[in-house]
Amino acid sequence: MNLRRLCLLPARVWTALFIAAPLAIVCAYSLLTRGDYGGVEQPWTLENFTRLADPLYLAILWRSLVIATLSTALCALLGFPLALFIARAGRHKNLLLQLLLLPFWTSFLVRTYAWLFILRDTGLINTILHTHLQLLYNDGAVLLGLVYNFLPFFVLPMYATLEKLDPALLEAAADLGAKPFATLWRVIIPISAPGIAAGSVLVFIPCLGAYLTPDLLGGGKTVMLGNLVQNQFTTARDWPFGSAASLLLMLASALLLAALMRSRAAKELM
Amino acid sequence: MKPLKLYAALALAFLHAPLLVLIAFSFNAGRFTVWEGFSLHWYQAAFADTQLAEGLINSLIIAIVAAPLSTVIGTLAAYGMWRRQAPVLAGTLYLSLVTPEIVTGVSLLALFQWLFRFLRLPLGLHTVIVAHVAFSIAYVAIVISARLRDYDRALEEAAMDLGASGWRAFTRVTLPVIAPAIAAAALLSLVVSFDDYVITSLVAGVDSETLPMVIYAMARRGVSPVVNAVSAFIVVAFGVLILISQRLQEK
Repeated sequence: MNLRRLCLLPARVWTALFIAAPLAIVCAYSLLTRGDYGGVEQPWTLENFTRLADPLYLAILWRSLVIATLSTALCALLGFPLALFIARAGRHKNLLLQLLLLPFWTSFLVRTYAWLFILRDTGLINTILHTHLQLLYNDGAVLLGLVYNFLPFFVLPMYATLEKLDPALLEAAADLGAKPFATLWRVIIPISAPGIAAGSVLVFIPCLGAYLTPDLLGGGKTVMLGNLVQNQFTTARDWPFGSAASLLLMLASALLLAALMRSRAAKELM
Repeated sequence: MKPLKLYAALALAFLHAPLLVLIAFSFNAGRFTVWEGFSLHWYQAAFADTQLAEGLINSLIIAIVAAPLSTVIGTLAAYGMWRRQAPVLAGTLYLSLVTPEIVTGVSLLALFQWLFRFLRLPLGLHTVIVAHVAFSIAYVAIVISARLRDYDRALEEAAMDLGASGWRAFTRVTLPVIAPAIAAAALLSLVVSFDDYVITSLVAGVDSETLPMVIYAMARRGVSPVVNAVSAFIVVAFGVLILISQRLQEK
């Protein structure tokens, strides 16, 4: 065995056993039947997948799609001007990037808990306003948590494309009489399309599969696909159905990312 | 430019304010969100809490075993994939990055339960360690591959022309060059291991609760500034580790 193969061996063994094999098991389980005591039994069936089309689960699917789409749109809306500013900040660029990423590098759990602390009925906002508003445990709180957690995922690729934008183009637009809004709409946005595409996919994927944020900020009410998977594997103990839901989630994520990798965006950003 | 500047300041404030508020109130003498004076009371309470202490110890054990292991495996993998492609391995690592955490968690749980039938091996610290290594390898490989991309392979070839074996050329020439990147990758995997809640909560046994699991349970139970104190501690510790990791990657 040569050196190269020897170097690859540990990673090959570990990933085969603990990444590929578990996913293969989930694939197999998704086609099996739930046993009487929560186990997995034969016969083979497609029932777990057809059950996903149940109105109850379609509602969860739809809710996940809507929340992920809204989070992505909000990240784009909030992130675009921020990326534009950082890209044109000159020598303060690196400092601003650090400031953008610093909160992102702290624990995901802590960042989500911070909103729990601020929004709950005896939390900061209600204390300041002397109110008892129910700010937590609704879709809005989940949306806020997701946008807060994943905003940098949009800003970074956006910044990468805007940074390459030639200022001469903007001057040319202005010289030709374009108002700032026209320059934004007709010059900046078309050129930065790859950044918008990459940022959107990078935000949409983790939002679609989100588990912790809807769990903590949405309470029991806002059930998303990730919570459905978790619930089927723990409380409900319906592993075959949980596996089918897992595969759906994975397939959606993988397809979106594959589309991004093949697009113009990947070529320009990497 | 003025309105844009104002907006950027507000947006950055939005990102930082929640954590700053959290840290500020960890020093509050009172239990609620009304400022009652400076106190280290909640830090004392946090240090005295046996559940938190156990969680911290478990998290440390896991991170201290998992981080070096994933660093070695990931570094070797990146080196192996440097000059020639390894499509299957690269594909699997890519898959591990794309898979939503919750799916990684349940799939590992399914594997461990399946293995349990043959090995009678219950869930515990070891299953958490195995899981953490599995999801950290990809992070390590990315950091090391990025460093190897700018590394001139002529250096290694020169060593081999002078009679060094492949292994010797790797350890004596390449390894010292990529050492800062390896340290950076190790710190990064330490942080991702220490931070993980979703996957860990699914594959941990009853006696192997980690710090994030204890924090989650406390946050679920309700208001306790003790959680603020632990969080503040984590924010600062992570911040320092990541800054060191970034400095090392720039070298």
